Amino acid sequence: MADERRIRVLMAKPGLDGHDRGARVLTLGLRDEGMEVIYTGLRQTPEKIVQAAIQEDVDVVGLSCLSGAHRYLFPEVVEQLKANGVEDMLVIGGGIIPKEDIAFLEEKGVGAIFGPGTSIKEIASYIRENTKRK
Amino acid sequence: MELVEKMLVGSDQSLARLITIVEREAPEVPQIMSLIYPRLGNAYFVGITGPPGGGKSTVVDRLTALMRKSDSSVGIVGCDPSSPFSGGAVLGDRIRMQQHYLDEGVFIRSMATRDSRGGLPRTVRGVLKLMDAFGKDFVLVETVGVGQTELDIMDAVDTTVVVLVPEAGDAIQTMKAGLLEIADIFVVNKADREGADYLVVELEQMLRMNPKHDWWQVPVLTTQAVNDIGIEDLYREIEKHREAIQKAGQLSLHRQEQRKAEFVQTIEQRIRARLLELVEKDGQLMKCLERVEEGEIDPYSASMEILTNKSLLQTWLAELESED
Repeated sequence: MADERRIRVLMAKPGLDGHDRGARVLTLGLRDEGMEVIYTGLRQTPEKIVQAAIQEDVDVVGLSCLSGAHRYLFPEVVEQLKANGVEDMLVIGGGIIPKEDIAFLEEKGVGAIFGPGTSIKEIASYIRENTKRK
Repeated sequence: MELVEKMLVGSDQSLARLITIVEREAPEVPQIMSLIYPRLGNAYFVGITGPPGGGKSTVVDRLTALMRKSDSSVGIVGCDPSSPFSGGAVLGDRIRMQQHYLDEGVFIRSMATRDSRGGLPRTVRGVLKLMDAFGKDFVLVETVGVGQTELDIMDAVDTTVVVLVPEAGDAIQTMKAGLLEIADIFVVNKADREGADYLVVELEQMLRMNPKHDWWQVPVLTTQAVNDIGIEDLYREIEKHREAIQKAGQLSLHRQEQRKAEFVQTIEQRIRARLLELVEKDGQLMKCLERVEEGEIDPYSASMEILTNKSLLQTWLAELESED
């Protein structure tokens, strides 16, 4: 039997900013790394992202935020996943995130933050090494 | 199996996990399928197919809204192609379906075709069964954007809707076989564009010259899915087709054929998988394969040699049994 392990990623933009170039570049980049990437589009609420992540049974939720609301939105996604009993999904973030916020977000359960200039390879290998789901 | 039990009492997460297992063609699949078997047969399956960019996802989205209004629960399977190079995929059907994300009566799952050809992932039938067992009234299956010959959908669903755009008018002469033959309902979407009327006439003429069944006249509808125009007609026609297919006794026949095809396909897949395993283990088989690879013997004679070698076949059987 094939019993194929394919990493599935939900790429989401929480909040109100309309800049999704980064999320799109990463969507294509991770596709080329052999992952299945579900793109949900702009202006998502944490509730919507969590429901989509559950139904799609993804390994990774990638959040992109350029509006400055990451301190609220990213932890909210982690919290709501937990509230739904999902503890083993990797949540990572990107966008314009000030350095001093990274430790705060990681403490809140975000696996890693990738800022501008990060290579796609770096993100892909982080995902491969850190997905917790079987 | 705990997952199945949880799914059967309504756990979204368990359904999602089970779909993943089916998608991976994991060894537990036969067990899952036999556990849910008694719960099947309530859902009605509608396939939405057509060329890329025709508005399939939007049609699914609007149709779902109507189905929800009439209190039916809906499962959606949106398919997109896997890259033949990296194996990755971008699954984007969901983007058009955002109004349903928080509706508990709607379950949306995106599937990549992985190594299947033909517009649908090979595992989609198993996924449809899970949604049926989960209790969905309607399951909408959106294929990848298809050309002329990706026709698997008609065997997987009860009603096939082919969504075209007005620009397809010119191509229609060349498309008469294949995609255009499988429609139970035609939708000319983006009907505000030029050429819509012409395409409708072309399709109607084609259907008049060559009616599909004596119990069902294939309708040609015009819609503007983004503006929510014409979708009610589509829903009505789907219901009408459902009645017609049931009345004509075709639904049970169709499902019989589906079961038969599935039976053969399942056996084929398992034998194939086992054969590939054995090729790596069995000395005689390996030697034979080497000769084929080197071109010393043609593949046909080689396979005949193997299939007529009784002692070899018996060793395989013994190996298979010892594995089980």
